[in-house]
Amino acid sequence: MARFILDRVFSIALTLAAVVTLTFFMMHTVPGGPFAQDKEVPPEVLRALEAKYHLDEPLYLQYVNYVKGLLVWDLGPSFQKIGVSVNDIIKQSMPASAKLGAVAFVFVLLVGIPAGIYSAVRRDSLPDQAIRFVATLGQTIPSFVLATLLIYVFSSKLKIFPTFGLRTWKHFVLPSIALGGYSLSFVTRLVRSSMLEALGQDYIMTARAKGVPEFQVFFKHALRNSLIPVVTYIGPLIATVVTGSFVVEKVFAIPGMGKFFVDSITNRDYTVLMGLTILDAILLCAAVLIVDLLYGLIDPRIRVGK
Amino acid sequence: MSAVTEAAAPLLDVKGLNVSFFTHVGEVRAIRGVDFHVNARETVGIVGESGSGKSVTSLAILRLLPYPGRVTSGGVTFRGEDLLQKSAGAMRALRGDEISMVFQDPMTSLNPVFTIGEQIVEALAVHKKKKGAREARAKAIEMLNLVGIPDAASRFGAYPHEFSGGMRQRAMIAMALVCEPSLLIADEPTTALDVTIQAQILEVMKDLREKTGASVILITHDLAVVSETCSRIIVMYGGQVMEEAPTRELFENPLHPYTRGLMRCIPAQGGAARERLVPIPGTPPDLLKPPAGCPFVERCGEAMRICLASRPVFYGEGRHRAACWRLDPEAPR
Repeated sequence: MARFILDRVFSIALTLAAVVTLTFFMMHTVPGGPFAQDKEVPPEVLRALEAKYHLDEPLYLQYVNYVKGLLVWDLGPSFQKIGVSVNDIIKQSMPASAKLGAVAFVFVLLVGIPAGIYSAVRRDSLPDQAIRFVATLGQTIPSFVLATLLIYVFSSKLKIFPTFGLRTWKHFVLPSIALGGYSLSFVTRLVRSSMLEALGQDYIMTARAKGVPEFQVFFKHALRNSLIPVVTYIGPLIATVVTGSFVVEKVFAIPGMGKFFVDSITNRDYTVLMGLTILDAILLCAAVLIVDLLYGLIDPRIRVGK
Repeated sequence: MSAVTEAAAPLLDVKGLNVSFFTHVGEVRAIRGVDFHVNARETVGIVGESGSGKSVTSLAILRLLPYPGRVTSGGVTFRGEDLLQKSAGAMRALRGDEISMVFQDPMTSLNPVFTIGEQIVEALAVHKKKKGAREARAKAIEMLNLVGIPDAASRFGAYPHEFSGGMRQRAMIAMALVCEPSLLIADEPTTALDVTIQAQILEVMKDLREKTGASVILITHDLAVVSETCSRIIVMYGGQVMEEAPTRELFENPLHPYTRGLMRCIPAQGGAARERLVPIPGTPPDLLKPPAGCPFVERCGEAMRICLASRPVFYGEGRHRAACWRLDPEAPR
């Protein structure tokens, strides 16, 4: 088991090295730079700026220096916000994104999994058809439309929930739905289809033939066998939702990380772009590692190093 | 026509059973008027080719027909009680306790995520047969021993994927018999196994039947399997019973052309080395449009005009009966 984790940590390190290298060089091949503006910047000013941020050095040297910093988790200064480091940006913006993401994630699981199970167990019933309809709708509506609709109905018309910020629990409701809406729909459909597949297996007939009550057939025999695809999806999902969403954070005016992702690309804010990409990659790799460990817990056939 | 009569009331009595599957292309009449009975401590074989309704009959008895299958008429009486009238809860309590079932494919019939032991103990637990976990475990290990799993105590915690096919089928039998049912339905229990393992599994079933006194319905398409294990054989075709007789009688004097056809398909022991097996030409009838007459008429070499027009009644004497117009005294010889 320890051996397995060690192996995986090693391969994660390789993955991250590849992410860092590829992102770094790809980023620099894109035309423009952090100080390119609409107005012509005087050449001497540009040179001075580039010298200050070491952008005048050869690319390989910049890369080596960046990696050196990275090894002690120093992500460098932002090129756009004077005197603010990338570490500061993450420290300030991540909590809001992570809190909202965690709430949205729990919301997706608590609603999506039971809805999917119910839909599978009562296959073709009216509630199943309703759940399928809403889930399909949820997958087709983009989050900015959903967010705007939610604000219009629940904030503007019904005045139940506030429109922006993250101060009380009420503030979390609408952005969580907007952020998790797509995943909720996806998880519901995934749980439904994999439950249905499990329910069609021979061992379900065996369980029924030995007199196992239906409740136990569903929740013991079928559910555990249907969890693999669900876990596969929701592992990476958590990494995605805690790093924030540009759209949802924009609509609900939440001071999260989402907007830095997008802004850093348009502004060629190299260090911010690198830092956030690496953070995302680390979270994703960690999530995948946890998923791999969960596989073993769920299904003895993929248990490692027994 | 003579009815099969027994002194005591049979353990299981199936009367005029009709089962249909209501699919989107129409009603598939899988079982059309099946009658048979099983006495206490008796092993009955049901033989027929794929689609003859053997498995559907057994699932109908347990009321486990998959959607969209339904019993449309008929009765299933077990120990004097009509199973088709029982509540879902009472039926559930009966399954695995009074009537249990062993399925065809041991590779897929055990739940892959639970240990063999857990799955056997579960059968005891749902029927509240054992008080404590330790007692249940001991009973499960005893059953694993009984079906011939070596070193049963240490295999208790093994997962199905750590067992071979034959071992899994032994575990399935242990699970089916752990509550000491009075009827065991074995649906093609050896079909998915190697021939050498087949014989072992049949031996285990025979052995346990004698020990527990359970009645057995052995469903198979293999006449050789029933000839060794069953005291009585029911031959099914196209959702109907074609012939029924004590095993010896059936092999010595098969009355129905279909039964004779089946026997020409198995190599005779000690027969001439160059003897050819004779297949039955054609395919079974389409039960979406069931034939008005004998279901076998299309493939029968001895068909008469009446065979097309109306369904044959049963002829025969004593415990041997067959549904064929050829057996009518007025039929040409």
